[in-house]
Amino acid sequence: MKELLNRLKEKFSNVILEIQEKDYPTIICKRNGFLDFMEYLRNGEGFKYLIDLTGVDYLNYPQKNFEERFEVVYHLYNLDNKILLRIKVRISENDNWQYSVTYLWKTANWFERECYDMFGINFKGHPNLKRILMPDDWEGHPLRKDYPLYLEEEQEWINYKEFIQKIKTS
Amino acid sequence: MARYLEINKKQTKEETWEEPFYLNMGPQHPSTHGVLRLFLELEGETIVNCDPIIGYLHRGVEKLSENLNYNQTIVLSDRLDYIASAANNTVFALAFEKLIGLEVPRRAKLLRTIVCEMARICNHLLWLATHALDIGAMTVFLYCFRDREWLLNIYEKICGARLTHSYVRVGGVRQDFTKEIIEELYRFTEEFPSRIYDYETLIDVNRIWLRRTKGIAVVPAEQAINLGLTGPVLRGSGVPYDVRKFRPYDAYGEVDFIVPTGKNGDTYDRYRVRMEELRQSNRIIRQCLDKLPETEGEPVLAENAPDLLIPEKVKEPKPQPVPKKGVIFRGVDRPIVPSGEAFASIESPKGELAVYVVSSGSNKPWRLRIRTPSFVHISAIPYMAKNHMIADLIAIIGTLDIVLGDSDR
Amino acid sequence: MEGSIEKFIFTLIVAIIILVIALLHVAYLTYAERKIIARMQQRLGPNRVGPRGLLQPIADMLKLLTKEDITPYGVDKPIFYIAPFISLVCAGTGVALIPLWENLILSNINVGLLFILALSSLASYGVILSGWGSNSRYAFLGGLRASAQVISYEIAMSLSLLSVVLMAGSLNLMDIVKAQINSPYKIYLIPQIIAFYVFIISAVAECNRVPFDLPEAETELVAGYFVEYSAMRFAIFYLAEYFGMVIMSALAVTCFLGGWVGPFEVPYVPFFWFLLKLYILLFIYIWVRATLPRYRYDQLMGLGWKVLIPVALINLFLTAFLKLIF
Repeated sequence: MKELLNRLKEKFSNVILEIQEKDYPTIICKRNGFLDFMEYLRNGEGFKYLIDLTGVDYLNYPQKNFEERFEVVYHLYNLDNKILLRIKVRISENDNWQYSVTYLWKTANWFERECYDMFGINFKGHPNLKRILMPDDWEGHPLRKDYPLYLEEEQEWINYKEFIQKIKTS
Repeated sequence: MARYLEINKKQTKEETWEEPFYLNMGPQHPSTHGVLRLFLELEGETIVNCDPIIGYLHRGVEKLSENLNYNQTIVLSDRLDYIASAANNTVFALAFEKLIGLEVPRRAKLLRTIVCEMARICNHLLWLATHALDIGAMTVFLYCFRDREWLLNIYEKICGARLTHSYVRVGGVRQDFTKEIIEELYRFTEEFPSRIYDYETLIDVNRIWLRRTKGIAVVPAEQAINLGLTGPVLRGSGVPYDVRKFRPYDAYGEVDFIVPTGKNGDTYDRYRVRMEELRQSNRIIRQCLDKLPETEGEPVLAENAPDLLIPEKVKEPKPQPVPKKGVIFRGVDRPIVPSGEAFASIESPKGELAVYVVSSGSNKPWRLRIRTPSFVHISAIPYMAKNHMIADLIAIIGTLDIVLGDSDR
Repeated sequence: MEGSIEKFIFTLIVAIIILVIALLHVAYLTYAERKIIARMQQRLGPNRVGPRGLLQPIADMLKLLTKEDITPYGVDKPIFYIAPFISLVCAGTGVALIPLWENLILSNINVGLLFILALSSLASYGVILSGWGSNSRYAFLGGLRASAQVISYEIAMSLSLLSVVLMAGSLNLMDIVKAQINSPYKIYLIPQIIAFYVFIISAVAECNRVPFDLPEAETELVAGYFVEYSAMRFAIFYLAEYFGMVIMSALAVTCFLGGWVGPFEVPYVPFFWFLLKLYILLFIYIWVRATLPRYRYDQLMGLGWKVLIPVALINLFLTAFLKLIF
């Protein structure tokens, strides 16, 4: 485990910002050069299985010690020597995009779509980036911390009236 | 007439392309196991393209749990995979325990293991029932439900609920088993292997069944890992990945069981794997039951487990004003959970179920991410269904064992 | 002139009686199916309406009669309306040609067998037209499956019946039974066991029953060709299906099992053996449904063209060859 982390730190010193020891080793990366790093992890270190990919919104997080608003969190697993790695990439609000890893792990396809749906993080290079759980015409990204939990007043579904009209006229 | 012919000629010239035949399967369809919608492009009966559309059962559990305290989220977890809710409860509890740093008493671990394996048997029975029904064998369906009913009755004795039992708690389980339950479980484990044999005789030697399942939806091991398939689906392809063995939790480290794997990675192998898992689950329950007397009298809930937080009394029962933004439920704020993050995953009956929780130090999770197996499995349908027929698509949906409550959250 | 009117009225009365009996058979066949399958699946089956649920089929029929008849938007109305009746009439007319007993047959025509085969082929038009007229994709797929299936299984069935015709030397059903009685084995089941096997399988396929229920395949095409039908039209499709089962079983009894003859004569009930054989065959239909999974579309066609038709052809040639020698 330690060896692996040291090796990674040496090899990708310009990508890795920080390595934290939590329940699982956590590597915080820069966005630049991130894809090379992931590619190396998959092909060179045998992290063949992407358990999870998700976003976290750290708006107004009390113990926050970094500037960016979002984090994209990857959980990678090596099936041969049973190592679980957590990789994080921080993304600021104004520049919220991240590289897609769909071409490495096909699993990432829907995970990234969900992340986009829920947080509005754009994944560059994704083959089909559209909403997945919410309707296509939904406004806003529900899992952001500033998404209103209660609507100010009763709002109709945006296209509902048009929809009714369309049915009536047809 | 001549003019008509002319127009006809023109039309045939322009319309040289053939419009593909689109079929919208679902959201209301008897064999999409819920509200899954599959947008199919067909050529005859062969599937050229398949686009799964989900979200019809999206209830926003992840957002909801950001506004509920930790014990309350466990109740939400019941509603994810409602076939095997004990497994969901367990993974939530494991993640929170990791965050808090709780040590669970051994008896509670054993009880959790028993309940989880019961959930696995329940789930696999329901899977076998619906899978067989999808392929057309009707009788297996009711046979499986008979045995599932038995287990549900035991669940009812354990915790009072049959389907959504929030039995597992942060720091242990809700209450101990009574003697009656243990006896009933012994009876069940004794009887059950012969029942599995019955099911196998019903369909395993049936030539139509074999033709419908062998060589259908073959997923090679490498591709299965890449697609993120887990659980019996991955093991059917020959990868012995099982969270129970790879990262043991609860009492799985101390029980003896085999992880069955397939060879070809087709529907039949996945069926075999699940049937074998039923036997192994039965074995695990038996071993745990045998170990229970060693821990007689131990508490089943850790001492420093977080209490159930009692909501403040609403002073005016009259029509309430619209609550303020961001407040769904007002509990007594008592920070017992340190800030940080934790990741826990278990082998749920359907595959790897993982929870990633970020805490801000309050009594509510800051972010709760649930990685559900059904979500990933549905995303694999297009790869598996290509160049298969509609009838095979039904078999594929069956063999992936998806629950839409699980995938949509 | 007088005699002919009397004869006409007599025939009419007999026809009505036979029709009512046949309809009752069909209605109670649904009841029997539900009850038998329930027993096989360790449950009770219908037991609320009347003693042991005996009035259930009648209650069902009343319920379906009083329901709203929905015509979906965009259907081809004439075809949509007429399709169920085509199915029912084609399936039901066959009753007239089955010799229940030596003296009990409604119309003893020379080409009875051919007529029944023609009717059962025509019945598939009901299925195909309903699939086409419903303007629904599931129904359309169901209709397509039905047409392919009926065409391929019709051939196998006809070939298997042809060998019976060769042995009896007649297309008249009455004559076929009589020829069987005079044959050394009394029934054609023994010399024509292969033909019987082919016939039973194709009859199950012809009636769209499990394991060949692809046109309606509930778990794939929802309900296939009658997915858009409701109330009475839906019931008529059901009626036609069960009518088809009864007719096919009756045909099997007539052509292979020796019609009304039995090991001994039962007094007062001359068609006792006929009914007994019919019930046994119907039970097999139900039994199969409770046991087998469903075939896939291409496997079904493969079974029809690669197994049943060659087997039936070989059997036909063998029969002809043996007939030529002896």
